[in-house]
Amino acid sequence: MRIFKTRAARAITAAVAVGLIATGCASERDSDNESGGKKDTFVFAGAGDPGSLDPALASDGETFRVTRQAFEALLEHESGGTKLVGGLAETWSSNDAGTVWTFNLRKGVKFHDGEAFNAAAVCANYDHWFNWKGTYQSSAVSYYWQTIMGGFAKNEDPETPEANYKSCTAKDENTAVIEVKQPSANLPGGFSLNALAIHSPKAIKEYEKQEATAKGDAITYPKYSQEAGTVAGTGPYKIVKWNKGNKEVTLERFDDYWGEKAKIKNLVFRTIDTEEGRRQALQAGDIDGYDLVAPADVKTLEDQGYVVPTRGVFNLFYVGMSQSANPALKKKEVRQAIAQAIDKENLVKTQLPEGGKVADQFMPDTIEGYSKNVKQYPHDPAAAKALLKKAGAQNLTIEFCYPTEVTRPYMPAPQDLFELMKADLEKAGIKVKPKAMKWAPDYLDATEAGSCALHMLGWTGDFNDGYNFIGTWFAGFDKQWGFKDKKVFDAVNAGSKMGKAEERTAAYQKANEVIMDYLPGVPISSSPPAIAFGKNVNPPNVSPLTQEVFAEASFK
Amino acid sequence: MLRLVVRRLLQLIPTLLGLSVLLFLWLDRLPGGPASAILGEKATEAEVARINRALGLDQPVYVQYWRFLKRIVELDLGTSTQTGQPVWDEFVLRFPATVELSLLAILIAVAVGVPLGYFAARNRGGWLDVTAVSGSLVGICIPVFFLALILKGIFAVQLGIFPSYGRQDTGINATDVTGFAVLDGILTGEFDASWDAIMHLILPAVALASIPLAVIVRMTRASVLEVQDEDYVRTAEAKGLKRSVVRSRHVLRNAMLPVVTAVGLLTGSLLSGAVLTESVFSFGGIGSFIRTAIDGRDYPVLVGFIMFIAMVYVLINLLVDLAYSLIDPRVRVH
Amino acid sequence: MSVATKTDKIQRLAELTATKETSTGASLWREAFRRLKSSKMAIIGAVIIAVFVVIAVVGPYLTPYAPTAQTWRGEVFPNQGKFVGPRGENWFGLDHLGRDMFSRMLVGARQTLLVGVVSTLIGLVAGFLIGGLSGAAATLGGEAGKRVDSVIMRFIDMMLALPSLLLAVSVAAVMGQSLTTVMIAVGVVQVPVFARLLRGSMLAQGGADYVLAAQSLGVRKRRIVTSQIVPNSLSPVIVQATLSLATAIIEAAALSYLGLGNPDPAIPEWGVMLAQAQRFFDNAPMMAVYPAVGIIITALGFTLLGEAMREALDPKLRG
Repeated sequence: MRIFKTRAARAITAAVAVGLIATGCASERDSDNESGGKKDTFVFAGAGDPGSLDPALASDGETFRVTRQAFEALLEHESGGTKLVGGLAETWSSNDAGTVWTFNLRKGVKFHDGEAFNAAAVCANYDHWFNWKGTYQSSAVSYYWQTIMGGFAKNEDPETPEANYKSCTAKDENTAVIEVKQPSANLPGGFSLNALAIHSPKAIKEYEKQEATAKGDAITYPKYSQEAGTVAGTGPYKIVKWNKGNKEVTLERFDDYWGEKAKIKNLVFRTIDTEEGRRQALQAGDIDGYDLVAPADVKTLEDQGYVVPTRGVFNLFYVGMSQSANPALKKKEVRQAIAQAIDKENLVKTQLPEGGKVADQFMPDTIEGYSKNVKQYPHDPAAAKALLKKAGAQNLTIEFCYPTEVTRPYMPAPQDLFELMKADLEKAGIKVKPKAMKWAPDYLDATEAGSCALHMLGWTGDFNDGYNFIGTWFAGFDKQWGFKDKKVFDAVNAGSKMGKAEERTAAYQKANEVIMDYLPGVPISSSPPAIAFGKNVNPPNVSPLTQEVFAEASFK
Repeated sequence: MLRLVVRRLLQLIPTLLGLSVLLFLWLDRLPGGPASAILGEKATEAEVARINRALGLDQPVYVQYWRFLKRIVELDLGTSTQTGQPVWDEFVLRFPATVELSLLAILIAVAVGVPLGYFAARNRGGWLDVTAVSGSLVGICIPVFFLALILKGIFAVQLGIFPSYGRQDTGINATDVTGFAVLDGILTGEFDASWDAIMHLILPAVALASIPLAVIVRMTRASVLEVQDEDYVRTAEAKGLKRSVVRSRHVLRNAMLPVVTAVGLLTGSLLSGAVLTESVFSFGGIGSFIRTAIDGRDYPVLVGFIMFIAMVYVLINLLVDLAYSLIDPRVRVH
Repeated sequence: MSVATKTDKIQRLAELTATKETSTGASLWREAFRRLKSSKMAIIGAVIIAVFVVIAVVGPYLTPYAPTAQTWRGEVFPNQGKFVGPRGENWFGLDHLGRDMFSRMLVGARQTLLVGVVSTLIGLVAGFLIGGLSGAAATLGGEAGKRVDSVIMRFIDMMLALPSLLLAVSVAAVMGQSLTTVMIAVGVVQVPVFARLLRGSMLAQGGADYVLAAQSLGVRKRRIVTSQIVPNSLSPVIVQATLSLATAIIEAAALSYLGLGNPDPAIPEWGVMLAQAQRFFDNAPMMAVYPAVGIIITALGFTLLGEAMREALDPKLRG
């Protein structure tokens, strides 16, 4: 027993000691935080880890949310709006054909690594992307480059689109000229994408030494994009640390920033995968803001005094139809029946955030090119039944895919939306075979490949041009929809090659009318996604494009 | 002793080989095969052929298996399709967090479970016994994720005593030495970082401890009940030894043997639980990584994880066997 | 549950029938049943199970409303955090899509029982085959048989060590998402438990006097296994099956939480209902509490009865 006693005594002493140290430290830490008077770290939670620190390799919002704070493109959108304004270029112009773009660059801009920003730097970036080889040419790595500029100097895969990019020349220190082969509706909007943000030429040289590899299995991102240190942009914050184990990226104010400096010294992005987790972390005071707020939580949080601004409407949620997956969908009556069976009003009223609108075409009404004269398909189960009968499809059974474990800004609760629509379709006499899939990669792959007869997807615009919406889906044959209709394709493409914005707008309006007459799918709604901040936060201007600049945020 | 170690290690080889065959077949059985798992359903035939060539899938099965085996032996578990980083590196990065969490959970389970089980047995039929037994029965019947959600709701959100997620506060700029947040703080003298890490560990550890705790309470209780009727205990009491001595030397020590084994072997259940608790608390360990791997069908990670656990299990099993043979001389004979 | 406790308990359970007065297996059962009747744990467990089974069988015919009908969907606004609690028409209130919670709980009981029973059966049958094979090889197959047995058992041990959830996820990954997948996935997890149990039990029986007697009388080996050893090894299997039902129900709920559950969420199943409702925990906690309590109580019922049965078989464990 003696042994036991001394052991116990030792254990107690140790415990007391630990306790003392611990409490001592705790109080020290508290005073540290409070004596400063002001918090100097802003913590924002996203739903997923960024994929890389080089935005050029990314195509997802979680990555861009982080990189947008550190990298800037030639053009950008006005704070809180969708209008293109100068970014690293103060002004820009193009020839009439829209093939030669001249940028007058901002002076006195410095990169995070001390390099000076100039026309040569701009061209170094564009040429770097254009000359990508090997795995960099995979559409999973260079999605946005391929969307905006087509392929590369030497395409290695026949599936890669032909390059539209021609050249970039540094006319003088502060003038860069970018030439493309064909005019495109993706320009000048594309110049604002964070994926085409300008990196320091010194960093680019470093990037070029490193390979992205696809070692049989999957893509291994180059090392420079996986840890802070090499990447350098011009933004108000610089990336200083990526702690993957702790799921956080730390950024620090860049004191040589050319514009208005960031108000808070440290900016940290953390990952909390679930909606409840993010909300609870905010309520517990562990974070200062988060994105992808469940509509149900908006009011709760507002009532509790949190700042929950709502973004402008700039997205579209739709039910897609794949005519190759279910031939019954080739009949227009069937598509129309589905459109009339779905009670969009109810979805908007009960599921989508306040301010959501029922959509009647594949474009929100905030976009130039929205048409007021599209054909309407009002909710009417009886009419739907009659249409099915007319098409000889009374016993229609249809597979309906929906994603699990995900929320998107346009689609807050996919499973609930699915269940409501399923009930609607069944009311019209359509049998629904549900198919649940993981969002990535299963669901995205399956819908893209056109193997889901019915599915739900959406789109948040990258920039304010109608083609960024309808061109995404209906510019040509697309496996997702599985139909060929020259009238639709021609109407959509008519606008894309026009140099003048007004001409394009008119063409898009016409295209919307043609699309809704053909009815390839059912546009459901456009909704304003909310973003939540702590009670003591002056939030940044929220952006309809979800392109918030956190340098604008401050503590009250 | 050495012979035992060697023999145990040799016995493991067929087991691990068998597991690798199963894993190999499983990978092969995945919808569409590895190529489509990598490329997705939109892959063209040319692409599939290219990947198959790159992966050596056009070669005979035994050649493929041999390569698969060689890679595993070289700890080359492939590349995560989600993060694009080597699977082994991802594990090494996240393993310390899960180890810390599991250790604390086991610590809680033992520190609470053993005394509880012991006193429950001593007062068989008393209120403590009834509470402990029914408590442990209820404990294993509550879904771990639900318990974690409730704990978080009460202690983090409502009362604000503990942080609601993560491993460390952002304000804490801890130096990373070993990857073990608590240990690092002690090593570098950043005690506040250690404390912060401990606070983050407590709620998930309590949730994770629920099942081991219930198991340990019941095992200790049963074991003590069994041992206290043994002849040597009666002999000791008859010899006139003090009751306290009998209890600690004879009853508790002998009753602990099966409990010690149990503690050593809770790995599997802890890692299962970690997948759930870590994801509720967004705790950046292996568990939440596996959760995202499940969501994203990251097969290299899942296969690697199974292999990894098999190895960890094998090692722990070996250690426990050795420890046991040291404690209990009877085992050495076998 | 942990490996060690799993293996220990399984082993112990397996040896019970063999170590007791072997020739009178029936009287052992009779005695066990007598003890069971006086056990409070067993009675509570049995009552819970009885109520649950009755609800599962009869419940779906007693539902006031169709469990999938979104009758009141205009009254529930998840986007504003407005839900409808218990009221005259809807005893348990409405769920997030305007469906009657009470009806869903009743019908959900059947689904939950179905998942539990089917998956346990899958584990039992597969485990029975593997364990039986292994046990037969070990008892009657000579040296070679022993080697076969040892390889199989090493492997079974390894399966016991793997996180059950991961095993289930692997199955789900190969088979795609469906209710069948859930049942198979949860069943697969039980296979090694039953295999080890039956094999251990057979080994213990293998050395029993009556087997030796039969062998010396020249009864064929296969006949000894099928007519003597297997029937006598059954009692521990029944006990384990009862305990496994509890595990299966909890395990299925965890799979639902990970989003691998039934792809048609309209069909009520407690695990899926719980996984869905936790999103609305702040605004409508009862929506999560009903299915959670259902799961806990049912699992508790099976655990209580199973534990009581084990204790009845093993007098040493009586508390």
